Amino acid sequence: MEYFDTLIVILQSTVRVSVPLILAALAGLYSERAGIFDIGLEGKMLAAAFAGGAAASVYGSAIIGLGAAIFVSVCLALVHGFASITQRGNQIVSGVAINFIALGATVILGQAWFRQGGRTPQLGEGERFTTVELPFAAELADIPILGSIYSNLLSGHFLLTYFAFALVPFTWWVLYRTRFGLRLRAVGENPGAVDTAGISVIWLRYRAVICCGILCGFAGAYLSMAMTAGFVKGMTAGKGFIALAALIFAKWKPVNVMFACLLFGFLDAMSIRMQGNALPLIGEVPVQFMQALPYILTVILLAGFIGKAIPPRAGGVPYVKER
Amino acid sequence: MSAPYAKLPAWVDYGLIPLINLTVAFAVAGLVVLAVGESPVRAAGLMIQGAFGYGEGIGFTLYYATNFIFTGLAVAVAFHCGLFNIGGEGQAYVAGLGVALPCLWLDQFAPWYLVFLAAIVGSALAGAAWALIPGWLQAKRGSHVVITTIMFNFIASSLMVYVLVDVLKPAGSMAPQTRAFAESGQLPRLDWMFSWAGVDMGGAPFNLSFLLALVMACVVWAVIWRTKLGYEIRTMGHSPSAARYAGIRESRIIIITMMMSGALAGMMALNPIMGDQHRMQLDFVGGAGFVGIAVALMGRSHPVGIVPAAILFGMLYQGGAEISFEMPQISRDMITIIQGLVILFAGALENMFRPAITTFFATMGTARAGKTLPAGE
Repeated sequence: MEYFDTLIVILQSTVRVSVPLILAALAGLYSERAGIFDIGLEGKMLAAAFAGGAAASVYGSAIIGLGAAIFVSVCLALVHGFASITQRGNQIVSGVAINFIALGATVILGQAWFRQGGRTPQLGEGERFTTVELPFAAELADIPILGSIYSNLLSGHFLLTYFAFALVPFTWWVLYRTRFGLRLRAVGENPGAVDTAGISVIWLRYRAVICCGILCGFAGAYLSMAMTAGFVKGMTAGKGFIALAALIFAKWKPVNVMFACLLFGFLDAMSIRMQGNALPLIGEVPVQFMQALPYILTVILLAGFIGKAIPPRAGGVPYVKER
Repeated sequence: MSAPYAKLPAWVDYGLIPLINLTVAFAVAGLVVLAVGESPVRAAGLMIQGAFGYGEGIGFTLYYATNFIFTGLAVAVAFHCGLFNIGGEGQAYVAGLGVALPCLWLDQFAPWYLVFLAAIVGSALAGAAWALIPGWLQAKRGSHVVITTIMFNFIASSLMVYVLVDVLKPAGSMAPQTRAFAESGQLPRLDWMFSWAGVDMGGAPFNLSFLLALVMACVVWAVIWRTKLGYEIRTMGHSPSAARYAGIRESRIIIITMMMSGALAGMMALNPIMGDQHRMQLDFVGGAGFVGIAVALMGRSHPVGIVPAAILFGMLYQGGAEISFEMPQISRDMITIIQGLVILFAGALENMFRPAITTFFATMGTARAGKTLPAGE
């Protein structure tokens, strides 16, 4: 029973840390499936986290915070879109630039506006998201195993958490069952064909980039307004890159993205849990190894040793209309 | 549409357009300063004063510039082959081992120049080894070098934390760093260069690795533009299919280029470890690997451009530290913004002003032709 409770605790924190990964990786999915590589997930998330934390504390409303987060993230996504779609610039370079601008600007503006060393003020009640209890969670908690799973693992999360998980089947549906999704996938594989069919490649790609911005906005808002109460300097701490790794690990497929994010989240939760504890058979594993594991796994996958990750064919290539 | 833009005079292509892009980047940075409630003009003044106004400031400026010359050259070499090495940060970090280990082993008995030689070789090898894996994966397995180098930055950071905390930390010490090196593990400072000019360098850690950086800049120029290997690298960068057609071995060139890039990034570790702190500390790279991207883009991947670009960023680093005394709102994070803006405007939006400039020169050309025509008659 003790092991079971530990497992539930670990799984619960797995869900908690996976949510921003899922949101950001799905954001990247929309963009990359349309042929726009996005290294800037990290920066958009960070900027959104800051905007959310700042607006929520100034206006005292979590909804306004969320709106600000999404707005800022979409603006950055549009910069990326302008550079890589309209100006046909290098998409990697543009993404790197956005990461740095977000990293610097959040600290500078945060210090100038709030003077707390780059933090935003602690968010109070009503300014941040609160957890919701599913019905009968308290009553059912005493049932062995199932009750514990229901009330400790499934219940007691933020609305955004349920939203993130609902987004996975939704994205699958959009991608594989709607016209927009078909065109989105087509423009990432063969934009010439899409253009021949009389559909604007540029507008389609811009819409994909905007979707990416919106979801990064949610991811950032989750970080600063749900997981913690306020923005802290550099709080994404590489989560955008883990999300990118998860996206590749999932071979750009929505349901796989969820599992990849849960796996990486689980590794994260384990590494916190295992600090100083020895594993059976293996002995004590350095925490740093656990932290590096998502990246190592992604590299191994990319190398084609566990299946092959093939990116969308037109990814990273700006589209030039023939004259 | 193979050439979307008309040909412009060389001075416009290599001088005017980069200058306009940079001006716009700094103008936007100025707007940020304005948004924070300070005067951009005063900030720029303070920055220049802090970076070049007195001997110690100049020393620090050049000390930071040394890091950026190495990392800028690293990114540039990869650019010539059409590869984007974002992993300079991780390569330099791991190369810290290549510097620290020879110092720890040899500093008791060998003279400083032998230690220095061993450290140069060690850092280059370690950096090259860390870049070899992404290069090999790109060449042989087709995994994109951008993604793998990003992943390797994170892996390097975890690895080095482990090494510093669990292996190299002297027993009984709390700080995650190696022991301090003895005299011969320390590079001579270049105060004599300053005394020639009659300036006092003060406590600035400006050291011999700056000269090594300049030598490497010349070496990079010679290799890229004056050797067969460099020709093959540039051919690959221009057109991989043409290179393949010409019988250039693609995977060999990719791996060699990535190793050269990693070796250059790795040598950056000499400057902070042997030149300044005389021990290896946690996170001693401090983002220099990423600054290299901005430096290479700004310097248009040519050593002649990279050295001034690196000095400019050295000025931003040193001047930025000085500004924060006078303007507490503006910390060194301002440089991160400027770095991002330079990468954006000099890199991704490189061609934004080109159509306008092309039209401008085209109309200028016709106007001149129109004017000379009646005069000739």
